[in-house]
Amino acid sequence: MSMELRTSPHQHSGRDVPVIMRNVVYAMLPICAFSIWQYGLSAAALILVVTVSCLLAERINNQITCTVNTLSDWSATITGVILALTLPPSFPLWMGAVAGFASIWLGKSLFGGLGQNPFNPALIGRAFVQAAFPTAISTWAPAFSAHRFSEFIPSSLTAPFMTPPDIALWAKQQGIDAFTGATPLARWKFENISASAMDFLTGHVTASAGETSAILILLCGLYLAARKFLDWRIPVSVLGSAMLLAWVFHLVQPERYPSPTFVLLSGGLMLGAWFMATDMATSPVTPRGIWLYGALIGILTVVIRYFGGLTEGVMYAILIANAAGPLLDQFNQPRILGGKRGKS
Amino acid sequence: MTPTKTPPSSFDEFLDGIWKQNPIFVMVLGMCPTLAVTVSAVNAISMGLATTFVLGMSCMLVSMLRSAIPKQVRIASYIVIIATFVTVVDYAIQAISLDLYEALGAYIKLIVANCVLLGRAEAHAAKNPPLPATFNALGMGLGFTLGLFMIGCVREILGAGKLFGVALFGDHFQPWVVMVLPPGGFFVLAFWLIVFAAFRHFGNKRNAQLQGAQP
Amino acid sequence: MSDAPEISTPSFAMVRTLGLVSVICGIIIVGIYQVTLPAVNANKKLALERQVFKVIPSAKKVVTYFATPTGIIAAEGQDQPPAQGTIFYAVYDEANKLAGIAAEASSSGYADQVRVLYAYDVEKQAITGIGVISMRETPGIGDKILTDQAFLKNFEALDVHLADDMKALANAVKTVKHGTKTNPWQIDAIAGATVTSKAVGRGINESAQTLLPKLVPHLEQLKNKESPHDPN
Repeated sequence: MSMELRTSPHQHSGRDVPVIMRNVVYAMLPICAFSIWQYGLSAAALILVVTVSCLLAERINNQITCTVNTLSDWSATITGVILALTLPPSFPLWMGAVAGFASIWLGKSLFGGLGQNPFNPALIGRAFVQAAFPTAISTWAPAFSAHRFSEFIPSSLTAPFMTPPDIALWAKQQGIDAFTGATPLARWKFENISASAMDFLTGHVTASAGETSAILILLCGLYLAARKFLDWRIPVSVLGSAMLLAWVFHLVQPERYPSPTFVLLSGGLMLGAWFMATDMATSPVTPRGIWLYGALIGILTVVIRYFGGLTEGVMYAILIANAAGPLLDQFNQPRILGGKRGKS
Repeated sequence: MTPTKTPPSSFDEFLDGIWKQNPIFVMVLGMCPTLAVTVSAVNAISMGLATTFVLGMSCMLVSMLRSAIPKQVRIASYIVIIATFVTVVDYAIQAISLDLYEALGAYIKLIVANCVLLGRAEAHAAKNPPLPATFNALGMGLGFTLGLFMIGCVREILGAGKLFGVALFGDHFQPWVVMVLPPGGFFVLAFWLIVFAAFRHFGNKRNAQLQGAQP
Repeated sequence: MSDAPEISTPSFAMVRTLGLVSVICGIIIVGIYQVTLPAVNANKKLALERQVFKVIPSAKKVVTYFATPTGIIAAEGQDQPPAQGTIFYAVYDEANKLAGIAAEASSSGYADQVRVLYAYDVEKQAITGIGVISMRETPGIGDKILTDQAFLKNFEALDVHLADDMKALANAVKTVKHGTKTNPWQIDAIAGATVTSKAVGRGINESAQTLLPKLVPHLEQLKNKESPHDPN
């Protein structure tokens, strides 16, 4: 009676969505650990709260839409961890929770769940809180403060819906005098001061929770690429195009534009290139499309940083490239073997 | 229930406009002012009432002139009539409060282009006597006002921590800036659309169950 | 196309109807205009005075003038300046002395036009205060131009003196990057709100460049008025 007809593929590599996603989470653990070591309790609580709120949002969505439980595919966990890493460590926890819910609901559920979402959900969440709380999201805390493992940065524990207290005051009480509260990118943009490459590599800069140590992100990304959990062409084209464009600007006007190393190491470019641009659901699949997609992110990042009103452009660059992804795929369909040239 | 002099359907039509055929949440018409001026409850209500006034007056006039207006020039006539009452409202708001006039900006003039108005004039007022036409238009207008008000409330509470300009949460409230920016309009509108759609969905389900149980 | 020929309406009927509708509407519009005009004008005057009093605290009376290439003329209740004319407000204090000049500057900011009213001090030949008439800048960022004390300090004495030929400002007003202000005609931008700061600077520069050359040569005309003509 029953005869099964199957089309290809006939063999499964054993890598399904949960396996890939779980490995990405593993790869991000060192970055989280470093962030906690730098910022202490606040960073730990932020990562926890954001991730839990993402999972909660996913769970509620399952309940409302009566779909199967999708928590076990690890995608909400990834969204939560990435989102937490892009936020400032002193970000109030309640705002973190808002970001978590926004990323899952606005970024994923509304489009129909994992795989249907055109934009990276974590970045949607971040874009939402960037628009909602512009002050809090551009308030940075000093790293390596003395009591970071015994007490929170005061703004973390802000009561829900309330304004966070002033961090500069707290930093002064902690005896950190040199703290300016500006990221290297902001300092470059408004004061024309470049930070040294060494500071970036070791994490001695003001930045989001997970973007301070470029070298650690690079290693974690390389691990994923080596195990083929991400497409190496995306980070290479992102970083390559950003570096190339920055290098051209630097050659033309070295006193006005920073060195390519600065562009590469500062801000969220590393984290974005390895962990956000490579999101499988939101990046193109055709070979040429992938290269163009990466290049678009790199170029947009540099253009926004140099000429835009914002200091950091990675987030919007990736979101715009996400939107352009399907178009890039459509125009770059590979020629089918035996098919006519110029027809897709 | 129904006022004595009106035909029995008038009052139902009035209610229809407010709830069952709500111009914003059910028909999704007039999105331009819906997204643009709903940053505060006061703005939303003023915009809604201005539109209601224009709707009521123009539908009454259209209905009164409906037999005199030839089919070929009806749209032109409707637009002239609507534009007239928009001008009236424009002057009236300037006379009442310049601040409100500044806050509503170009959107008062753009009431002319609101599809709720031409839609009502064409679909209802042109075919019905003045009284039901006016009732229907006022219902629609109040439904529109209600929709704007619901969006405006959420945006003002989250975006400024206030309602009707009165602070609700004390000094330390953190405003959600995005809510008073254009994206906030889309978010809140979408939120209410989901709520309304869910109501309809579950309402239909229950009706189906009841009907299934009856025979 | 249509099988059954429609009953065609004679053109005359169409014209008649449209005419009738237009007449009714015209009457309604003229009526409401007449009714609301006094209230609208009173509102406008109040709003203007409120703005002016904010930038020139000693103000008691505001008179609207138009500066034209040939001289200054009183507005006499008119709204629009003549061709090549610029509207400005002469502000008098309690003793009927000229307390300053107020004028509007506008330029496109981050979201929409940023319109500011600035006070021009005749003696110092400088801008001594600004107030925002309307803007839609991002709350929390662009609206710092209202609250940022360091930014407002730029307008305590912003130099706008004319060049010797009286044709343009000696030094164009310019917004510079935060922390790099060196001259009294420069505006120190707010860090993080550069676009809005620049809009203010650009607007003031444009307005001052067109208004002051037409105004300054005729200042005596405004000063020596014992009892300025009250247009209202």
